[in-house]
Amino acid sequence: MRTSTRRSRRLMALAAAAALTTGLLAGCAEDSDDGSSNEGGGNGGGGKTTLTIGTFGVFGYKQAGLYDEYMKLHPDINIKENVTTRTDVYWPKTLTRLQAGAGTDDIQAIEVGNVTEAVQTQADKFVDLGKEVDKSQWLDWKNAQATTKDGKLIGLGTDIGPMAICYRKDLFEKAGLETDRTKLAEQWKGDWGKYVDLGKDYMKKAPSGTKFVDSASSVYNAALGGEVERYYDKDGNVVWDKSAGVKKAWDVAMDVATSNMSAKLKQFDKPWDQGYANGTFATVACPAWMIGYIQEKSGEAGKGKWDVAAAPTAANWGGSFIGVPTASKHQKEAVELAKWLTAPEQQAKVFAKQASFPSAPSSYSSLKPAAATQAYFSDAPITEIFSASANTIPTQYLGTKDQPIGTAITDIGILQVEQKGKSPEQGWDAATNEIKDVLGQ
Amino acid sequence: MSSSKQALAHPASSADAAPGDKPGAAGRANGRGTPPPGSSSWRSRLYRWDMKASPYAFISPFFIVFGAFSLIPLLYTAWYSLHNVQLANLDGQTWAGLDNYENLLSSDFFWNALWNTFTIGVISTVPQLLMAIGLAHLLNYKLRGSTVWRVVMLTPYATSVAAATLVFVLLYSWDGGMINWLLDFVGIDPVNWRESDWGSQFAVSSIVIWRWTGYNALIYLAAMQAIPVDLYESAAIDGANRWQQFIHVTIPQLRPTILFTVVVSTIGATQLFGEPLLFGGVSGSKGGSEHQYQTLGLYMYDQGWIIGNLGKASAIAWSMFLILLIVAVIQLLISRRLRKSQ
Repeated sequence: MRTSTRRSRRLMALAAAAALTTGLLAGCAEDSDDGSSNEGGGNGGGGKTTLTIGTFGVFGYKQAGLYDEYMKLHPDINIKENVTTRTDVYWPKTLTRLQAGAGTDDIQAIEVGNVTEAVQTQADKFVDLGKEVDKSQWLDWKNAQATTKDGKLIGLGTDIGPMAICYRKDLFEKAGLETDRTKLAEQWKGDWGKYVDLGKDYMKKAPSGTKFVDSASSVYNAALGGEVERYYDKDGNVVWDKSAGVKKAWDVAMDVATSNMSAKLKQFDKPWDQGYANGTFATVACPAWMIGYIQEKSGEAGKGKWDVAAAPTAANWGGSFIGVPTASKHQKEAVELAKWLTAPEQQAKVFAKQASFPSAPSSYSSLKPAAATQAYFSDAPITEIFSASANTIPTQYLGTKDQPIGTAITDIGILQVEQKGKSPEQGWDAATNEIKDVLGQ
Repeated sequence: MSSSKQALAHPASSADAAPGDKPGAAGRANGRGTPPPGSSSWRSRLYRWDMKASPYAFISPFFIVFGAFSLIPLLYTAWYSLHNVQLANLDGQTWAGLDNYENLLSSDFFWNALWNTFTIGVISTVPQLLMAIGLAHLLNYKLRGSTVWRVVMLTPYATSVAAATLVFVLLYSWDGGMINWLLDFVGIDPVNWRESDWGSQFAVSSIVIWRWTGYNALIYLAAMQAIPVDLYESAAIDGANRWQQFIHVTIPQLRPTILFTVVVSTIGATQLFGEPLLFGGVSGSKGGSEHQYQTLGLYMYDQGWIIGNLGKASAIAWSMFLILLIVAVIQLLISRRLRKSQ
């Protein structure tokens, strides 16, 4: 009796171990089969379809209450947002999932720095949205960025980043500079060099502990945002070292870096956030999405001190698209949701909440920022300033490695000059080496 | 079937049945007489099979998981490292032979990363282990509330890398950071901790030291408490003071433990990744504007996931693996020497 119970116990353990291992394997299989697309039972539980939307950073859809609104309009739809904070984590993850054909969300966001790579390498992984929408809703150059050579539209435009200059009126006053936004815009109109010259004036009488601008890199990005030719020519060849646009933006940035007017901060770093809170810089190149950021980081203390003026040139910095991967199990529903989220009315709602600027010009007449935002920026007419910029932004040629090339120039080249006291030539050489490494040359 | 029936029919004779009498396993098993007769022949076979196989079944989950998540990726990475693979085009890989490795050997960035990994490893591991021994020695005294001290020692280790590093980033911030503020207090010029060459390496090392010193101290403490008290007593009788006891009794007795911690810390230092990545903030994978604190781990991440050159990143991963193998061999040789000398 004793032996037999022991034996049966052993057998049970064996069975348990076997069950455990097969369970593990089955678990894996289930996972890769299912992806994350229909959590909550797909079409099973109560007839509700769950749509997932993968985004990075703050998209503003949730903040503007768009998901709730859509779910109220469509009781059979449930929406879940999967947010990845950092773009440099989000994009590689999305790329691998797209190619595996599994694990993607029903809607995936695409940043403008990655959109060319998506267009050129992942077009067959996205649903062609061109037939689904009226393309004339969007700015032409916005559509062009997400369109393949044979005319397939892989993403619908969300926000764009038309440029302005945000400045601290109180600091300008202390430094004895002009504080009126229209007169300021007039002073630096047409040339970022004039903006830098004003910075030199500022530094002569700068309030103690403050600098004119947050970083040389931000001036570089702002100036480059208005150039047609960046790192690639219109045929897709890498021309960054010969590009007139890059040269112009680089020279302006070098002027900033070598004349002690920069707070030498790195954008989106913790100390940069602190710089907003402590008011250590007087101006910042201000794409529309920066409006929300400044309010959050500068806080109560900055209220009414900030103002917005038109930038020297019309420029774009940032912005995104949303596309529907062909791997989505609910393509039809996902396309409907994507269309709705990017429709002019919804873009206007996101602007009202988050000040992310719409890529649909028909909404511009009805744009209203939140009253609080308006008050925060000294009642500046931000809608008009950004609309004027948005309507004159040139179509830029983007390339597959725009993002890493840009990072090499700002975070290696410019940073070496700005923070390590290297000469502009040394900085350029360092950036050159880095870009060669990026391009595998 | 028939043999078991017959066995049931002649229970008495089965005990002394000759091997030749009834061919087959059942007959032989009965011949030995251990398990009960009859249907037990099948059972005993099962029993022996069970004895042999079930240990393998019990340990199999680990090996299955190990195979799926370690071995196969390891081999696949080796395969990738011989190809030109882009992140945006995983299926379009082309054979590259040893190009990726040659590319690495001729790349300044690789040698820079290797050197940084070494220097950061040294300036984080050496002070860390020395401090740990000192702390363990102090904790080994009779102390009031010793458990409290030990728990406190372990808290940094329990903190997440991300949380710890973010706090250190603020401390080391060059403009308005607490450390520069303290330096200013004693009249030293502020240091740009992130961009200076040695400053940044020191800052990264300090995060590692802060997190791991307590952990190592507890390992040393455990080893110290296993040292027989009579060794100290006889040393004391011979007139050795505390310091001499520490040098001549504690340290020699700790030798295997020290070797263990050195090996573990070396492996940790070779794989150093989270601290420098987060210390760098945005575009942290570059390890500073001159790559002054870009470790091998960061270089691999930058190549693979930022630049998207997975073939080269795989080659870096395998180089790291080979370096760790060399470290393991050196450790083996040293420990063998140590054992012989004892």
